[in-house]
Formats: sequence, C-alpha cells, structure tokens
Amino acid sequence: MKKKLPEKYGFLFVIFLFWLVLTLLSRAGMLTSHFSSLLVPMTYYAIAAVALNLCVGILGELSIGHAGFMCIGAFSSAIFSLLTRQILPGGVRFFLAFVVGILFAALFGFLIGIPVLRLKGDYLAIVTLAFGEIIKNILQAVYLGVDADGVHIALNMTDFRLSPDGITLIKGAQGVSGTPRDSSFTVAVIVLLLSLIIVQNLIDSRDGRAIMSIRDNRIAAEATGIHVTHYKMLAFTISAAIAGAAGVLFSHNVTTMTNISNYFGYNASIMLLVYVVLGGIGNIRGSVVAAMILYLLPEMMRGLNRYRMLIYAIVLILMMLFNWAPALVALRKKLWQRIRDRRPAVGKEA
Amino acid sequence: MSFLNYLINGLSLGSVYAIIALGYTMVYGIAKMLNFAHGDIIMIGSYIVYTCMSMAGLHPAVSVLCAVAGCLLLGVVTERVAYRPLRGASSSLAVLITAIGVSYLLQNIALLTFGAEPKAFTTLIGWKGISLFDGALMIRGTTIVTIGASLLILVGLELFINYTKNGQAMLAVAQDKGAATLMGIDVNKTIALTFAIGSSLAAVAGVLLCSAYPTITPYIGAMPGIKAFVAAVFGGIGSIPGAMIGGLVLGIVEILSRTYISSQLADAIVFGILIVVLLVKPTGLLGKRVMEKV
Amino acid sequence: MALLSIDHLSISFGGLSAVYNFEMELEKGELHGLIGPNGAGKTTVFNLLTGVYRPDEGIIRLDGTDITGHAPAQISGEGVARTFQNIRLFKALSVIDNVKVGLHARFPYGTLAGVLRLPSYRRMEKEIDDKAMEILEVFDLGDKRDVLSSNLPYGAQRKLEIARAMATDPKLLLLDEPAAGMNPGETGELMDTIRSIRDRFDLTILLIEHDMKLVSGICERLTVLNFGQILAHGETRQVLNDPEVIKAYLGD
Repeated sequence: MKKKLPEKYGFLFVIFLFWLVLTLLSRAGMLTSHFSSLLVPMTYYAIAAVALNLCVGILGELSIGHAGFMCIGAFSSAIFSLLTRQILPGGVRFFLAFVVGILFAALFGFLIGIPVLRLKGDYLAIVTLAFGEIIKNILQAVYLGVDADGVHIALNMTDFRLSPDGITLIKGAQGVSGTPRDSSFTVAVIVLLLSLIIVQNLIDSRDGRAIMSIRDNRIAAEATGIHVTHYKMLAFTISAAIAGAAGVLFSHNVTTMTNISNYFGYNASIMLLVYVVLGGIGNIRGSVVAAMILYLLPEMMRGLNRYRMLIYAIVLILMMLFNWAPALVALRKKLWQRIRDRRPAVGKEA
Repeated sequence: MSFLNYLINGLSLGSVYAIIALGYTMVYGIAKMLNFAHGDIIMIGSYIVYTCMSMAGLHPAVSVLCAVAGCLLLGVVTERVAYRPLRGASSSLAVLITAIGVSYLLQNIALLTFGAEPKAFTTLIGWKGISLFDGALMIRGTTIVTIGASLLILVGLELFINYTKNGQAMLAVAQDKGAATLMGIDVNKTIALTFAIGSSLAAVAGVLLCSAYPTITPYIGAMPGIKAFVAAVFGGIGSIPGAMIGGLVLGIVEILSRTYISSQLADAIVFGILIVVLLVKPTGLLGKRVMEKV
Repeated sequence: MALLSIDHLSISFGGLSAVYNFEMELEKGELHGLIGPNGAGKTTVFNLLTGVYRPDEGIIRLDGTDITGHAPAQISGEGVARTFQNIRLFKALSVIDNVKVGLHARFPYGTLAGVLRLPSYRRMEKEIDDKAMEILEVFDLGDKRDVLSSNLPYGAQRKLEIARAMATDPKLLLLDEPAAGMNPGETGELMDTIRSIRDRFDLTILLIEHDMKLVSGICERLTVLNFGQILAHGETRQVLNDPEVIKAYLGD
C-alpha cells in the first residue's frame, strides 16, 4: 500500500509537467494554432475516459452511453452560462457552470442506475446506449427559451413563441449557441487532476474495495456484507458526474453546439470505450495516456482518418481476445511462470 | 381509417423487428451473450442483395439466397473467431466489448467498400398489394409479405426447437451448458448452429427492411438491431413467442408515436419503453426468472 | 437459548422440493456437521441461511432474532458468515484487500472521508490494516498480504476465504466443503485451524463436508440430509453408525 503512493502522485506530477511544457511552448508561440486548439478536447476526452474506466474497469459494468452524460453536462452548464452571462462575473459563472453540469449528469446517472443496477446481467450496456439516443433525440428536437413571460418550450419552430428580447437556449437541431468561451487548457488540466485524485482516492478506500469486490464476485460480496446496489449506484453516479465535468469543458470550448450526434452519439461513446480498452481496463492512468495519444494521433495524421475506425475495431477485438480468452490467459501465465522461475523472486504483484 | 393504416404499417415494421429479435433472443438465451453485431449482419445482408441485383444482375430470389448464405457464413465465422475463444472468460465484459468491436468492424468494412452515400434498393416485392373499402384502406404487398414471413419463421422455429434433435439440444444448452455436455451434446456445434440460424434470419430481416425503406447505408442495421433487442427484453429475453410479441408491440408503438406525437421523439419513446419494462417487470412479458447457482 | 434455531424450513424449485421441513438447533460454541450424498440439499440450506434464497416456509432465528428472508448483506451484518463450495474470492484484489472487504461494515467511514482523505479515513484505515493483518496471521497468510488472491495456491485460497468470513466478526460460520481438493496433510492442518478459531473467537460453526476423517475428527454433532429431508441427527459417532445413514451413502 505504501509503495503505491509515489506512483500515484507521480503520475499527477507528470501531467503537471506536461501542462507546464505545453503552456510555456504556447506562450513562446511555438505551437501551431491547430495544435493549440486540440489541447482542451484532448484533456476532456481524457477526463471522460477516466470516468468511463471507473464504470467499466472498477465497477465492472459496461456503459456505452457515457457520451450521453457528457452531453447532459454540456447542455445543462451551457444553459446556465447563457442565463447568467449578464449577471455573474466570468470566473464565478464558470465555477457554477461546473457545479450545474456535474450535478445534472450525476442526477441522470442516478436515475438510470435505479432500473438497471439492481438487475443481474448485461442490461446496463443496452440501457445506457438507449439513454444516449434518447438524450440526443430530445435535445435535437426541442426548442427552449426564456423571456419576460417565463420559460418557453416547444417541439418545432412555429410553436416556439419567444419574444425578441428573450434568450434562446436550445434551438432545435441548431443546438445551443453563444456559450461563453470559458474553457482553457489550464482549467481542463485542473479538472483532470481533480478527477484523477477523486477516482484514485475512491479506489484506494473502503468504498473502492467494496466496488471492486462486487466486480470480482457479486455473490461473495453480498455474503461479506456489501450492499451491492448501493455501491453500484455510487460508482455509476460518480462516473456520470465526472463525464458531466468533461461535458462542461466541451460546451464552454466550442461556443456553438450543433450536430450533437457527432459529439455525443453512439460513436463518441465507443470512442471513449476504445480509449479505456487500449489504456487497460481498470488502469485509470492508462486511460489518460490512451485518450491523449489516440486523440492527437489521427488529428496529426489526417491520412489515417479514413481507416481510423476500422483500425480501432480490429484493435478492440484483438485486445479483448489477447487479454481475456482463457486459452491465451493460461498461455501467458505459463510464460510468466517460466520467466519468473529463471529469475530470483522479486515479490512483486502484476 | 388512417389509424388502421398506421396500425398495419406498425405491424409490418414490428414483424421485421420480431425477426431480428428472434435471432437476438436465441443467441442470448443459448450463448448467454448480447451480440451487438447482430444488427450489422442485417446491413451486410442488404448490401449482398444490392450487389447481387444491381451489380451482378442476378434474379431477386437468387440474390436473397446469396444474402442468407453470406450472413449465415458471417455469423458462424464471427462466432468461431471472435466469440468462442472468450467463452469461459472470467468477465462477461470481454465478449460484450468484442461484439461491439465486431459491429464496428462490419460497419467500417461496409463504409470503405460501398461509401457513406445511401444506395437505392429496388424492392424485391413487385406485388402492389390489396385495396379494401373502395381504396380507403390500402395494404402494400411488402407489408403482407413481411407479416407473412415473420409468422412463417415463428412457426418454423417453434417446430424446429420442439421437434428436432438439434432444437432440443439448443434448449438443453440454454438451460445448463455443463449438463448438456455430459448428455453428449456438442455445445460448440449447438451454439454455432444458433448463430447460423440467427444470422440467416437477420439476412431475411435485412431484405424485408430494405423493401419497406429502400435505401442502404452502413448504419442501417444498428438502430433496428438495438430496437429489436428492446423488443426481445420486452417479450422476455430467451422466449421465442416473447420476441415476436415484443417486436410487434414495438413496431406499432414506433409508428403510432411517429405519427401522433413527434417523428423526432419516436425513438426516444421506444427506448423509454425499455426503461419502463426493466423497472416494472425485468423478466419481460413471457420471460422466466432464472435461479442463480451458488 | 440456542444460537441458531431453524423451524420447518422448506423450499422448492419449479415444483421440485429441494429442502423439506428442515429443522436444526445449534448451541453456542458447537461444531456441527451437515452431511449427506450429493444433491441432498446441503448447500441449499446454506443459501437459505445466508439469504441467497428466500424460503417458501419456515423460520430461521439467530440468537432469538428472526432473520428469515433478510437480504444477504443484512444477514452478514447480523452475524452469519460463509465460505463457498467453489471458491469465490475477489480475484483481482490482493490477499489483504480480500480481508479488508470483510472488515467493511466494522469500520464505517464515509465516502467523502475516503475521497478527501479526512482524518477519520487515516485513522480507520490504520485500524483496518492492523486488524486485517491480525486475521491473516491467524491463517498463516501474513507474508502473502500483497499477493493477488488468484495467484495463491488452492489450499491457501480456501484459507483466505475463511479469513475473509472471519473478518465480518460472525457469530455463526458456515463452511461449505472446506477440505475439498486438499491433500491429507492440508486437511489435518485445516482441522486444527477450524478448532482453534472456534475456541479463539467464541464461534459456532456449521460445516458441510464429504471428508469423513474431518467430519468424525472435529464435529461434535451431525445432521444427515437425504433428498432434502433430515435422515438422522445426533452425536457424531452415533449418527455415523446408523444403518439408515450407511444405506443412504452406500446405496442399497
């Protein structure tokens, strides 16, 4: 346990250095504007990947709607910022936007967890998928605004009677526009560090052990006194909340959110899953590294883009076969044993 | 009268969902895995028919046979290569994520082969249909064929499962793989057979779907696939009549909400049903509670 | 008063009676064996006692309190712990973390305390660590604390499962075939361990076992189950010499 500490905080320090170097380079004008524009997205995808890994790797439940939680965080915080743009100073507003986005994402995570997490079986995957689609459909269909008469909500333009001095919040398929551009690489990195600290501290605590015990053997966990539904809900809600924080960074980075199915649809959720699988299921730090590299790589090498998804699909399948197929696992164990037998024992866990 | 028309359209769409759901529910019941790629096999089936007819100029019936054969092969090969090695893995996540990978792989192969732009599908069913009440109620030929085909498949499957040796073997494997092995049943072969049947059904579903909505893109399979899973859960996963009923109900709900509520929210309503079912009766309409072995 | 008293316990699955009219009284400190041929319903009795199954009929009382139909986690808190026939460890957790999960309910600091590393976290984690080590030492697993539990040899895995159960501080410990797969040497060691934890922790133990050497060696009384019904019960030697019991085991 004590050995883990420097490793854990060391990684936080590496991220800090990474931030420092990139910030200095940027100040010195040594980064292209294209590369600079990738820094915030890269970081919020890393945050979302950490969130998803908490759900998949630590809780052991597959979610393929995590982009949906990002979406909730993005929209709720964007609406908050639009409403308070004239009233609150920038810093306070952005902070509160995080609170709003995180709370809404957590709330939705909690609500979705209620029907699903008490069930045994692979229902979470399909329900989160369904949830992602529902959210996307609703947000693309709805018109929302406020004026002196109160809140206006409609399903088409003709029914949407907002007075000219009102504030349009969501404009159907055109989405949300005019969100203040509050996100910066620095804020994004702070949120990433906080997410990492929260998730790693959670894992390395009583609650984390309870969550992982459910993942490893639900029946034994129950028999050992773990309230399974409670801890599943806890982990899933926290996971949704962190994905929501990533969404807040998203909406305050793009200022105009249209075409949300590209960003928050099924494909986006699968993208996050690819980050998690490649970084190592259950390996939180791996998710950060994988997300950053996999986000930057195709952006840097546009030529690869055509085949990117094909490659990801193949890599996903091969990774799962290699890491989980009983025959291969046994083979690897045997090889390890042989290597270990040759060397003096070091007493190190894998 | 228009309500009746919509209802019939719903039945038609629901019949397609039912055929897909049958494949889903069989695979889930027997291999205990959620095959995310099932919907994409529909898409591959449609492209095969399209290629055979538009490019090779084959007869429609031959094209459909090609699609069924192609999908059957695809189903069996994916099972052998991607899913079977993971049987007995310590986590059910593994096969689930692999299935997502397969789904993605199929979509992207189609994308790279045929491009993203929709291909026009010429309907295979030339029959105009029948007109009732002096033309007030018009039932298209596609609709009649679709509903008929699904009923035929349902009856055929029920007979196959209850009255053939292979069908009985499927029931045995679904109940208890270990015991089935002890009884001399080849579990691998039985699961492969299940995938073969499920995938051929997906090919049929693809043809019917594209006859009703005549465009093909690499993504046409994904949504119907997911909705069919909702149908299977609604009817009770593992139950064949349940999948049929679930599919029909879902199709009707989708068409009616598209017509009377909002076309954009129809999908949201269909998925809403899934969440309600899981809250109220997680085993679905006809599903049985399964006791867990400790 | 008896520590455990079971009255008219019955359950059937799909019309098939698995356990019928089961009755049992365990005195505090007793080491009791539950034996019977395969499929007699022994594990089902354990599953009923630990809340995995809800009985169709009957009452289970622990220390005078009715615990019938309670959820497994609740029953664990009420003082019943168990091991499993097919070992169920938390495979991806270290040996000591398996035991720490067992200590979960006894050191209840909140989620926030854990995430924010509040003083209560530090204090209780220290206590948890000490307590877990203390338990591991009892089972000679202290030097394996950081080993992944799935990497332990088979016999050690069985011991760790008992250690984890002991961490919940039970009044009643249910052991499901603790000696399965062990060689005679390991079984002998296990018998000593079972006896010593009973004395040391003031435990009542109910165990299912096929190894007659272990059963006759440590059990004071036996209950024999056959086709879901009690065939015989009483003093160990008496029961093992009962012609009905011998017939059930050896067949006609």
